Amino acid sequence: MEFGYTIWIALIPFLAFLITGLAGHRMKPMVSGLIGTVGIGIATLLSYVAAHQYFFGVGKVDGVYQKIIGYKMEWLRFSETLAIDMGVLLDPISVMMLVVITTVSLMVHIYSLGYMAGEKGFARFYAFLGLFSFSMLGLVVATNIFQMYIFWELVGVSSYLLIGFYYNKPSAVAASKKAFIVTRFADFGFLVGILLLSYITGTFDFVLLTDPEGAAITQGSGIAFMGLSVMTWSLILVFMGGAGKSAMFPLHIWLPDAMEGPTPVSALIHAATMVVAGVFLVARLFPVFALSAPAGLEIVAIMGAFTSLFAAVIACTQNDIKRILAYSTMSQIGYMMLALGVSGYGGADGLGYMASMFHLFTHAMFKALLFLGAGAIIHAVHSNFISDMGGLRKYMPVTHITFLIACLAIAGIPPFAGFFSKDEILVAAYQNHMLYFLVEYIVAGLTAFYMFRLYYGVFWGKEKTYEHAPHEAPASMTIPLIILAIGSATTGFIPFQKLVTSDGMAFDIHFHWNIALPSIGIAIAGILLATAFYRKGSDMPDKIAAGLGGLYRAAYRKFYIDEVYQFITKKIIFNLISRPIAWFDRQIVDGSMNGIAYITNMVSAGMKDLQSGQLQQYAFVLVSGVLILVLSLVYLMNN
Amino acid sequence: MSIPFTHFLVLSTLLFFIGIYGFLTRKNLITMLMSAELILNAVNINFVVFNKYLYPDQLHGHFFTLFIIGIAAAEAAVAIAIIINLYRNFSTMDVEEIDQLKH
Amino acid sequence: MDLLTLLIIIPVLTIIGLVFCKDHKQVKIVAATGMSVQLLQCIYVVIAYLMERKAGNKAEMLFQKNYMWFDSLNIQYSIGVDGISVALILLTGIVIFTGIFASWNVTHLAKEFFISLILLSSGVFGFFISLDLFTMFLFYEIAVIPMYLLIGIWGSGPKEYSAMKLTLMLMGGSALLLVGLLGIYFHSSAGGSPLTFNILEIAKVSIPIEMQRFLFPCTFIGFGVLGALFPFHTWSPDGHASAPTAVSMLHAGVLMKLGGYGCFRIAMYLMPEAAHEMAWIFILLTGISVIYGALGAIMQKDLKYINAYSSVSHCGLVLFALLMMNETAFNGAILQMVSHGLMCALFFALIGMIYGRTKTRMINEMQGIMKVMPFLSVCYVIGGLASLGLPGLSGFVAEMTIFVGAFQHPDMFHRIATVIAIASIVVTAVYILRMVGRMFMGPLDNEQFQGLTDAVWHEKIATVALVVAIAGMGMAPLWLSDMIGNSLGPIMDQFSMLAP
Repeated sequence: MEFGYTIWIALIPFLAFLITGLAGHRMKPMVSGLIGTVGIGIATLLSYVAAHQYFFGVGKVDGVYQKIIGYKMEWLRFSETLAIDMGVLLDPISVMMLVVITTVSLMVHIYSLGYMAGEKGFARFYAFLGLFSFSMLGLVVATNIFQMYIFWELVGVSSYLLIGFYYNKPSAVAASKKAFIVTRFADFGFLVGILLLSYITGTFDFVLLTDPEGAAITQGSGIAFMGLSVMTWSLILVFMGGAGKSAMFPLHIWLPDAMEGPTPVSALIHAATMVVAGVFLVARLFPVFALSAPAGLEIVAIMGAFTSLFAAVIACTQNDIKRILAYSTMSQIGYMMLALGVSGYGGADGLGYMASMFHLFTHAMFKALLFLGAGAIIHAVHSNFISDMGGLRKYMPVTHITFLIACLAIAGIPPFAGFFSKDEILVAAYQNHMLYFLVEYIVAGLTAFYMFRLYYGVFWGKEKTYEHAPHEAPASMTIPLIILAIGSATTGFIPFQKLVTSDGMAFDIHFHWNIALPSIGIAIAGILLATAFYRKGSDMPDKIAAGLGGLYRAAYRKFYIDEVYQFITKKIIFNLISRPIAWFDRQIVDGSMNGIAYITNMVSAGMKDLQSGQLQQYAFVLVSGVLILVLSLVYLMNN
Repeated sequence: MSIPFTHFLVLSTLLFFIGIYGFLTRKNLITMLMSAELILNAVNINFVVFNKYLYPDQLHGHFFTLFIIGIAAAEAAVAIAIIINLYRNFSTMDVEEIDQLKH
Repeated sequence: MDLLTLLIIIPVLTIIGLVFCKDHKQVKIVAATGMSVQLLQCIYVVIAYLMERKAGNKAEMLFQKNYMWFDSLNIQYSIGVDGISVALILLTGIVIFTGIFASWNVTHLAKEFFISLILLSSGVFGFFISLDLFTMFLFYEIAVIPMYLLIGIWGSGPKEYSAMKLTLMLMGGSALLLVGLLGIYFHSSAGGSPLTFNILEIAKVSIPIEMQRFLFPCTFIGFGVLGALFPFHTWSPDGHASAPTAVSMLHAGVLMKLGGYGCFRIAMYLMPEAAHEMAWIFILLTGISVIYGALGAIMQKDLKYINAYSSVSHCGLVLFALLMMNETAFNGAILQMVSHGLMCALFFALIGMIYGRTKTRMINEMQGIMKVMPFLSVCYVIGGLASLGLPGLSGFVAEMTIFVGAFQHPDMFHRIATVIAIASIVVTAVYILRMVGRMFMGPLDNEQFQGLTDAVWHEKIATVALVVAIAGMGMAPLWLSDMIGNSLGPIMDQFSMLAP
């Protein structure tokens, strides 16, 4: 098999994980870091080779990109038709994801050599990074939905381990727990969805499932349940898993807290790769969604649109640099979901699909850059809050410039990457429904506003007094920033419509000036507003915030979603279900068992007085017993 | 002239119930032991008598009687040893005082 | 000497060796050697079994032997194994081996302790290889009785109470079971042939359905008590809490599997019609076990209680899967037995080790002990992750096989019950992470814990062996699942006749 080597893309990070995990505490920290970095470096090279070979070589047959099985082995067999295979499935989106993941992961590995230097548990950090890279790579190349679920759980646990990396910090522990449990809850839906899907279609295999002419799609939408076909229900459940991982409302609450983890982790997991797994999942099952469950796709679009607006509003009010970026991530993922939701299948109808993947790609670049930049800033000023920052552009020129590029990219200013991908999404939304378009249009403005609020707050504004004078980060940190900045500036020119499309066939896009110009306009408006408010520092924002009153407070408190969850878990599940059950078990179930023992005891206590120790009493009973028996025997014999 | 069969049985029955009565009513352990001997002797009489009347040409009944006498002697020895020990521990021979054999 | 009887001979020889030991150092060496040999023998049995199958031996049971030992009732010492029992024998071998190392610190009456422990394990081995109902019951009792002594003498806390409760409840189960077994025996004759206790013979006979309706609940509940069937599970929290480390390990790891195995091999295999009819009642009960055990675990503070309730939940899943009555679910049930056995053994071993150091099992009294005992903590976290079904560890394989199998059931009721059972994985995550977060993470505030040390060599042997087994099963499950699956054919034949 010519793509047999692709299995090593995932396995090399796993080997690095094993080596650094088992022997890490015996080596010098830097050695374990280098092992991890070199490992992922090789994986990156391999995935570039694979991408080149796939996109410009053997992948395309008769103008259509094929699904190629690079490697496959049976892992567990349930029945004749249902089995979990482990393997590598190469198609445009998985190859694209390989490139994204290995690139960002490599950048983060290099960056962390500087960022994490001197931290306790350096080897552990690299081991977890290796585990994560392995799981994420395994996830995107999954050949069947169960393999995806397996790696889905594994990325969940690596995320858990990395968020809780500073395990001395109670807030980090709580955040890691929250992240795991919320996504686990979502995965419950995912798992039931998988089971339902396999029940209907009789297969886990992606190639069979997503074949537009295959039995799964053509026959799947039979039985109806509560107004929707069972197929739709199963896809909605699967999407629930995706929504959990991708922090869609209302399962988003873990993502902001996940920022307790080390910043490079946030860049890798909670910005560029793991959180887009939900998008990837929907994209992977896209033919099924589009062809046999349009209602499911509708839900994806609504969720995406709502989350992007919701998160963007919250992002405008937050103070913690990483949380702003986290909400921004949610908002951008909402974009991608929306794009998938409004897309059709095949050819130019699949514009939304293409746009979503395109945005996923560019977003990975600029959001990783933003997080890594934020890491450099935090590293310099030892605080997460923008109120503690200001005027840093003089001290950190490289970070400043790269950060600015990323801000321009995310705001959608041409010619940076974000402009192109976001523009395609807006076009796709426009073609589907005006409401979607309006929401995304507003979000585009909000995005530009809050990003530049952040930018000005950190690099301009009033200079704060710092304990140590801030200084530029070391080369190991700035080099990844520069590389990613180049990526953010240029990846917009990649012709995605030729490479990554819903049915593997290239199509042409037409540039819609009537959408592009207003979107640039609103972005610039957002930037100008932010410039006016925050460049010099003015009291206008506070006045507006005060004017909005309750609304502002609600947004600042993240619309009280956390509190609702607290209420449900602590008050209802713990106190109203679990505690009574524990009580019931001890008092009623166990009580009845003890009750039986107690009754037996009482009866025997009553009976034991018969045994008095009086020898003659026993003898009397014995003799009278014999007499009675003899007499009754005689009586019976005579009759 | 031979004594009728029933006379022996009446004698042994009387002896047996005297023994039972003594065993159930006497409070002194030695007396109770004596009563037990009476019961055994009642049985002995029965053995000999039945042997004599049912199987005059065999001696099984006599042998049994001899065995019982032997065992009774052994039993008396053991019982008296126990009684002596009880007396040492309880300073009494009253069976109603010695009621440790309970719950 | 044949292969399987050796599994009983080795423990017995070890016990004889122990009798002649002079001090407890010798005791430990003899016990450890004996059980290492036993583990090797178990592995050899597995290999021999696989070779034999590979060579094309299609018999239902391999290595069969019959010796008459009570002629007039036709009771035989009749042994043989299939893939299911081989898997459980391997599990038992691993657990008893690690159990010896986990109880390295027992000094009080060490000789008697190890003798009872090994006696118990020989009962378990005997149970798994027997094909004769009576012999099986005999070994079952051998496995249960030493438990009373082990908890009553070497336990902690209210040990007499717990030991009594555990033994009495299990004996109550045994009484029901004996009724069931004798009932089966008296209906085991087909057309005038002599009555028999041999399972394979009885399977060919169809017991009258009226009798089955009575005997099935007897045997199922009788074994179910040991398998922690709701509402007969309450011996488990108290029993585990009071039992010494190795006993908890063996008990949760292996003894509770006797229950599941018995339900499967005797109740369901011999009386498929009644099983089919009455399944819904027990599905409700086991479904309750699964959810209820998991929710009950959330509120517990004592580590052993948490794991006891978690066992109720996991073992409930075993019985639940059995009642789904299809091949995949059966396979999952057996996998779950093996997986749960390994996980539980690991948990209880680690709890014992941690308790030995901190002198407390209350999770709210511990915090941040990852710092002083990284090795134990990491192993504990691995165990926890296995328990909540993380892929790559054993729990995932078993649970997914069960869920997939159960969900393929054509009946709506069964599928809804399955979805409810699946919900338990969320609850499991809650209590496991809560426990891990409280105990291991966070700052280490307690001064007394500062000087605690990490695992020593014998503890490392025990935990590493279990962790390797868990990870091995989780990463390469195919051979095990195939081995079990290949033996399910004859059992499925019993049920396939029932299919509408």
